[in-house]
Amino acid sequence: MMMNDLAPGAQLQQAPTATERRVGEVILDLQNISLSFGGVKALTNISFDIREHEIRSIIGPNGAGKSSMLNVINGVYHPQEGRILFRGEPRQKMEPHVAAAQGIARTFQNIALFKGMTVIDNIMTGRNLKMKCGLFAHALFWGRAQKEEIEHRRKVEEVIDFLEIQSIRKTPVGRLPYGLQKRVELGRALAAEPSLLLLDEPMAGMNVEEKQDMCRFILDVNDQFGTTIVLIEHDMGVVMDISDRVVVLDYGKKIGDGAPDEVKNNPEVIAAYLGTSH
Amino acid sequence: MSDSGQTSQAAALDTFPRLLMHHAAVRSTRPAMREKEYGIWQTYTWAEVAQNVRAIACGLAELGFKRGDRLAIIGDNRPRLYWSVAACQCLGGIPVMLYQDAVAQEMTYVLQDAEIQFAIVEDQEQVDKLLEVQSDVPFLRHVIYDDARGLRHYTQTLLMALDALQETGRSHDRNHPDFLDAEIDKGAPDDVSVMLYTSGTTGKPKGVCQTHGAFIAAATGAMQVDGLTDREDILSYLPMAWVGDHLFSFAQAMVAGFSINCPESGETVMTDLREIGPTYYFAPPRVFENLLTQVMIRMEDAGAVKRALFRYFMDVARRCGADLLDGKPVSVADRLLYRLGDLVVYGPLKNVLGMSRIRVAYTAGAAIGPDLFRFYRSIGVNLKQFYGQTETCAYVCLQPDGQIKLDSVGKPAPFVEVKLADNGEILVKGPMLLKAYYKRPDATAESIDADGYFMTGDAGFFDADGHLKIIDRAKDVGRLNDGSMFAPNYIENKLKFFQHIKEAVTFGNGRDFVTAFINIDLEAVGNWAERKGMAYSGYTDLAAQPAVYELIRDCVEKVNADLAADPKMSGSQIRRFLILHKELDADDGELTRTRKVRRNFIAERYDALIDALFSDRTSQHIETVVKYEDGREGRVSADLRIEDAKTFAPQAAKRAA
Amino acid sequence: MTFFFEVLIGGLLSGVLYALVALGFVLIYKASGVFNFAQGAMVFFAALTFVGFREVLPGWTGLEADGNTVFWLAFVLALASMIMLGILTEKIVLRPLVNQPPITLFMATIGLTFLVEGIAQAIWGANVRGLSLGIADEPVEWIMESADILVSKFDLFAAALAGALVASLALLFQYTKVGRALRAVADDHQAALSIGIPLQHIWAIVWAVAGFVALVAGLIWGARSGVQFALTFTALKALPVLILGGFTSVPGAIVGGLIIGASEKLAEVYVGPFVGGGIEGWFPYVLALGFLLIRPEGLFGERHIDRV
Repeated sequence: MMMNDLAPGAQLQQAPTATERRVGEVILDLQNISLSFGGVKALTNISFDIREHEIRSIIGPNGAGKSSMLNVINGVYHPQEGRILFRGEPRQKMEPHVAAAQGIARTFQNIALFKGMTVIDNIMTGRNLKMKCGLFAHALFWGRAQKEEIEHRRKVEEVIDFLEIQSIRKTPVGRLPYGLQKRVELGRALAAEPSLLLLDEPMAGMNVEEKQDMCRFILDVNDQFGTTIVLIEHDMGVVMDISDRVVVLDYGKKIGDGAPDEVKNNPEVIAAYLGTSH
Repeated sequence: MSDSGQTSQAAALDTFPRLLMHHAAVRSTRPAMREKEYGIWQTYTWAEVAQNVRAIACGLAELGFKRGDRLAIIGDNRPRLYWSVAACQCLGGIPVMLYQDAVAQEMTYVLQDAEIQFAIVEDQEQVDKLLEVQSDVPFLRHVIYDDARGLRHYTQTLLMALDALQETGRSHDRNHPDFLDAEIDKGAPDDVSVMLYTSGTTGKPKGVCQTHGAFIAAATGAMQVDGLTDREDILSYLPMAWVGDHLFSFAQAMVAGFSINCPESGETVMTDLREIGPTYYFAPPRVFENLLTQVMIRMEDAGAVKRALFRYFMDVARRCGADLLDGKPVSVADRLLYRLGDLVVYGPLKNVLGMSRIRVAYTAGAAIGPDLFRFYRSIGVNLKQFYGQTETCAYVCLQPDGQIKLDSVGKPAPFVEVKLADNGEILVKGPMLLKAYYKRPDATAESIDADGYFMTGDAGFFDADGHLKIIDRAKDVGRLNDGSMFAPNYIENKLKFFQHIKEAVTFGNGRDFVTAFINIDLEAVGNWAERKGMAYSGYTDLAAQPAVYELIRDCVEKVNADLAADPKMSGSQIRRFLILHKELDADDGELTRTRKVRRNFIAERYDALIDALFSDRTSQHIETVVKYEDGREGRVSADLRIEDAKTFAPQAAKRAA
Repeated sequence: MTFFFEVLIGGLLSGVLYALVALGFVLIYKASGVFNFAQGAMVFFAALTFVGFREVLPGWTGLEADGNTVFWLAFVLALASMIMLGILTEKIVLRPLVNQPPITLFMATIGLTFLVEGIAQAIWGANVRGLSLGIADEPVEWIMESADILVSKFDLFAAALAGALVASLALLFQYTKVGRALRAVADDHQAALSIGIPLQHIWAIVWAVAGFVALVAGLIWGARSGVQFALTFTALKALPVLILGGFTSVPGAIVGGLIIGASEKLAEVYVGPFVGGGIEGWFPYVLALGFLLIRPEGLFGERHIDRV
């Protein structure tokens, strides 16, 4: 019927139609990744891939290597063995800021926001890579820099509207409650208009209501902007509800991979979860 | 400022659609509505509003909406939802606004009662609720949504975007340019313009049918009293389903042609208030109270100099501020001091509160505390009270400028007759009375007497100056076993006037003495506790602290002293009280959506606590089921302490300050 | 009273210089969390390099020794050296020490101090040199005539220069992409990396800017009291300034500098005679110590509130 009506919040990126959106090509292929920190093996021979537009979750008990995996994708850790193909190209050893430039944005398990800055400023930093005007352009072409600033501010306002945090726009982040900080951190990642979004336990430490909100935002991001999302989560229930595919890690090894239902019935997974979580 | 043609045309401006088209013609470029979007205020002129209303109306007509059909409207105060109200009225339909924070099941009754076929809703949240109860309302044919976010993959055929509806409406309007004007011409002032559901403190909600004529009369009367013009700005932030918002943000704006401003979201109201700086403002007492609490908390955290200045000038304001506002004589020295105070304290304070430009502010819906009322008036905010009900278009009594009393609701408003029944019940008559309760001739007959007076159900009396004073609901007024009067709301309001008490429920009808449940105000008491260095983990923990009990006992005893001074009330002093372990909550059915206490429900739910209050036990175990916003349930249990409060002999009482 | 104002103004103007040095500390501390003890040495290095280039340039190029060309050429070369020094320090000394405890980094900068002083003197020699910026250290006439107060032209010039520098730094911090990146890095390294800010790049910029500030401070100071090894000690006056103003605040550095400058001169003149003079050297430290007891985070520093 009315295919072309766009939601007001959907202007961040031209939203693809429903058929285009659902799971596409493999964009990140991790092959036989092993990572160790001086003799201690964090990840052992792990392979899985991430397809465009999907919500891919990595779950596992504490210490299973979930965060290490995310840090490998993000370029913080460099695996000793294995290969990473990003959009078909083998990826060289790289720094996190290069990953950001390639359209990979992330949030952190223990919120890493700029505590002294306001919510707007924090989200604005997410636009860092999109800003063209450098230091000297700022000094020389004040008008152009100002115009650019206004455009970025508009994008930031769209993110604020999307995440429903209008009321805290000008509040310094340090003064916000935990749940809202998590939301602002997601906002900063969204402001970069990433193609791949890494979320490290976005729901840790939240109450039921906050978790529900966060779930809704994650689904909406995936839905409206077609963003591929890699989600690390401890809470099995949440993951199973919103993921397309799930990787299960235990002691740095992959013990399951597939659709939520398959994974749920995988005896090894059940054993790992029952065996380790009280 | 006023347009020349108004008097000659006045006769024709007897329905809201005609008023709208009139404004679109004579003040086409004046702002009719503002809405904050992406951090920037967007303005819609009267001409733009009229165009949009036309488009929605024609779109509805295209879908088969007919005269007399009811249109459900659910959502926050958004311009497009106000347009939908007007659009529905253009077609001779009846808009029915629902409280947007009600859960799906609560909506079912109204949807069924009003036989809703068409609904215009704000967003996914409301769409989900309607889809959830779809099987109970099989006649629902069209659900039109404003914000498409999250709805992309919904395939239900009854869904449609408001944008698309407007688009079809525009082409319909092009093809049948005379259609809508003809529909507007068919309207009559005696047609029902809106149905507002009563909140249902007792029994099922009833649909109150109000005509164009009733709301236009109410709006016109209020304009006369306060001299409202088309230059007013009002912030529209209270539920659209509530009669007050319909009067202030819709009827009065339509009659006077002033601008309404929609806040960005529920949480930004404070900021938006400051940015808009309304000239005309309505808020229930609890909003004024929250504002004051925030100011006080900030002042307590401020530096010593600031605090001293604040205290000094607030004393000056208390002494002469209200008199200055009422135009009473004030000494030259005080006048000068007040000027100075305005410069350094009241002015900045009003600015922070968003009240710098206010000419008239109203409060109603519950009793306002004398300190609170005096505070706002003393800093120069012309805060007044009025009295009215859904059945009277929220319009019965108003306080005229210069005749403000703390404990009255003012004089009968223009066109309104008020008289008292033998039992003290207030009876009113006038053009603003309801036409009928929807499909409830029995209820209509019951509430309007043979002489055409509506029985308000409130008890009150006129004072020597002809001001109406309200005591309580007529049916709530009871007696203690010794025969003395027990007016629970009256006592509870006195308790709630303390910033540390959020809610109170008193019991005493048919008992030997009076007892009370108290809800502390988490923000105010939390701050108090923090300053004292007390640790607490949440509401339940804080409420059980002995120091908090001491704090509340002090409030209760002050109320007792106050009651003792009034010969009619001295018998109903509070002997025993307890602090509840959870906040009374509309989601648990303990409060109505307008935050009124549901006395009987609470009495049933907590009967063990009431028994304990009237025994000599000093503590009582209680376990309660609570509902979270997602519909899940949980349990809260606690051992509540019950404490005694001092009471005063009538003659020994001193007037409380 | 006139005398009082003269002392006060003189003090405020020398305070501007303290502020400049303190600014260098603040910049680096904010962005990288390193307390750069070598900032004083950098001031010395900058002044010495400038003077050195000015001496040798006429010989190399045949330009007139007192001409503008030599002055600006020497300035540019000195600036380039300072930026080089900054970048090299970041690359060679600090980068390998990333994620080490602050005390390690602090020790490294102490080492750096001796290294920088040594290099400077090895290249340019250790003798005291004069430095002229072409502005006479004489009273401004109209102020003397109208208010009967002696204010040195040079001091006014120095104050204006410092003011301009501070204003442009403030603009840089607040309104540019680099500024935002600087603040982001100062706040949280990990988060800054995740939004694509290259840390090393920003650190290099900060060290370069600190070098530039050191050069301006070195020139003004050198012109006042000669370019000599003692500059490094005078630069340590920035310490009480920082304690007063807060380690993380640019405006704090300015206000702190002015307070220290004014109070040490006033103390010297009015309190000095009673205790035998020579207060100027230690008074600022006593003041700072007293201040530490009242407001440990400094006038403008971020207050740390730990909720218990």
